[in-house]
Amino acid sequence: MLFRKFSLAVYALLILIPLLMVALTSVKSLQETFRDPLGLPEDGFQWSNYSAIFQEQTMAGYFMNSTIVTLFSVFLTLFFASMIAFGISRLNNWMGNILFGLFTLGMMVPAQVNMVPLYSLMLDLNLTNSLLGLILVNIAVTLPIAVFILTGFMKTLPKELFEASTIDGAGNWQIYTKLALPLSLPSLSATAIFLFVMHWNDLLYPLLFITDNAYKTLPLALLEFQGEYSTNYPMLFTGVIIASAPMVIAYVFLQRFFVAGMTAGALKG
Amino acid sequence: MKISKTIYLFFLPGLFLYSIFFLYPTVSALFYSFTDWDGLSDAYQFVGIGNYERALTGDSVFRKTVGNNLKFMLMVVIFQTLVALAFAMIVLKNTKTNLFLRALYFFPTILSSVSVAFIWSFIYDPSLGILNQILELLGLDFLQQNWLGNSDIAIYSLAITQIWFHAGQMLIIFVAGLQAIPEDLYEVAKIEGASKWQTFRKVTWPLLAPSATIVIAYTTIQSFKAFDLVFAMTGGGPNNSTEIIATYIFDVAFRSYNFGYASSISVLFMIIIAFITFLQFKALRSDRISY
Repeated sequence: MLFRKFSLAVYALLILIPLLMVALTSVKSLQETFRDPLGLPEDGFQWSNYSAIFQEQTMAGYFMNSTIVTLFSVFLTLFFASMIAFGISRLNNWMGNILFGLFTLGMMVPAQVNMVPLYSLMLDLNLTNSLLGLILVNIAVTLPIAVFILTGFMKTLPKELFEASTIDGAGNWQIYTKLALPLSLPSLSATAIFLFVMHWNDLLYPLLFITDNAYKTLPLALLEFQGEYSTNYPMLFTGVIIASAPMVIAYVFLQRFFVAGMTAGALKG
Repeated sequence: MKISKTIYLFFLPGLFLYSIFFLYPTVSALFYSFTDWDGLSDAYQFVGIGNYERALTGDSVFRKTVGNNLKFMLMVVIFQTLVALAFAMIVLKNTKTNLFLRALYFFPTILSSVSVAFIWSFIYDPSLGILNQILELLGLDFLQQNWLGNSDIAIYSLAITQIWFHAGQMLIIFVAGLQAIPEDLYEVAKIEGASKWQTFRKVTWPLLAPSATIVIAYTTIQSFKAFDLVFAMTGGGPNNSTEIIATYIFDVAFRSYNFGYASSISVLFMIIIAFITFLQFKALRSDRISY
């Protein structure tokens, strides 16, 4: 029993200490960090890193880009994936199965496999250095997992309900918007959170397609701070805190949904 | 019951984007893998299986990269799964403390790889880092290391970071799997006088096999996709000792502008993943029983 409690505490500290270290370092000066990397800030909290990073970097712009890309990617992926999931569960035949297989095939392919041709395609389509380009690729890449989760859920909805509305003269679109979507809300919200975390944190596609500062998202900007600030960890960690803040705040309030969302993909399998 | 043909319209927007931005590039990867395309010029020549020959016989860096990736994968799959399962069994009951601990353990999952990379670069820093300082405090100076700079251990340092990053997520999956096992099976085992190990081997493990399959398959894919973490922490160095297949593809394509060759490695990458996933499903399926 004692050993169990001890293990739990050790694991908890392994998570907590690095996080506290990030928070503390972000309010220390560089000199102080070099002198005493682990100590508390002696001259009180220094908020200067925060003002400095907003002055030296177009943080607001990066924040805006991340927000736009994430919101549109999540919304459109959910919209298109739920339509496909609805289609598959309505068809409920070999056609549906083939389409389900075609879409979920994408889950098995790591993004790095097709990044080379995708890059030249984006150049050809003039979609590099464009938020729209990022959004379109994001949708295509996360569609498989979203279709997978949503189809699993929609197949459990009672068929009789849909059939009754068909008899009442409702078209597919009406059944989708008035019945399928509202009934799938738990699954939609779980998928939404999963997608939020993925899109907000994505590095690969911005790294491939964005070189212009005006279109950079937070993870890419953060990565490039490393080149600029080198081992100036107070500044790097200030960046980490700003970039993670929306997710952390959302996590504190919507914890249960996060846990459901981030494991939904895995559990439905 | 007849369904209106309009149902096919529901697939259109998704299928359109999926075909252009996913299926087409994936299929072209296969096509370009037989060429010497540099990614910039319009002209390229077919080189037959030349790229594959080079990858499999002539490229020592690629061989090293595959080895690194397997080391990384094995370490992450084994230790992350063990940690996740062991702790899932301890925080299984939905008490207040356990719910809090699960939320805490899960926390790193919501961070970006770049953030995690910065945090651990600082921890591993040879002069500033807390890891070396803690070792000194404990009088274990001889264990101090340049964790990311020593080419013998850098890949394992990265694996530990990956485990810190994702063990909590796997723990939650195990908790869900364990909670689904009916309580009376444990009662029966107790009455029959089964030992703790016997109970685990005969009751918990077989019923947990579906979740374990998912966790292990997911962890494997994740460890092949650890591109961001490696890219931000070591960039594949020192001496390619942390280069994994995904970062190598990036280097070959975007630093050496050898798109044809990078495509052939992508195809091999796909085959390796498919093969490992297949093996795992086969191995774990045989352990699956339902009561």
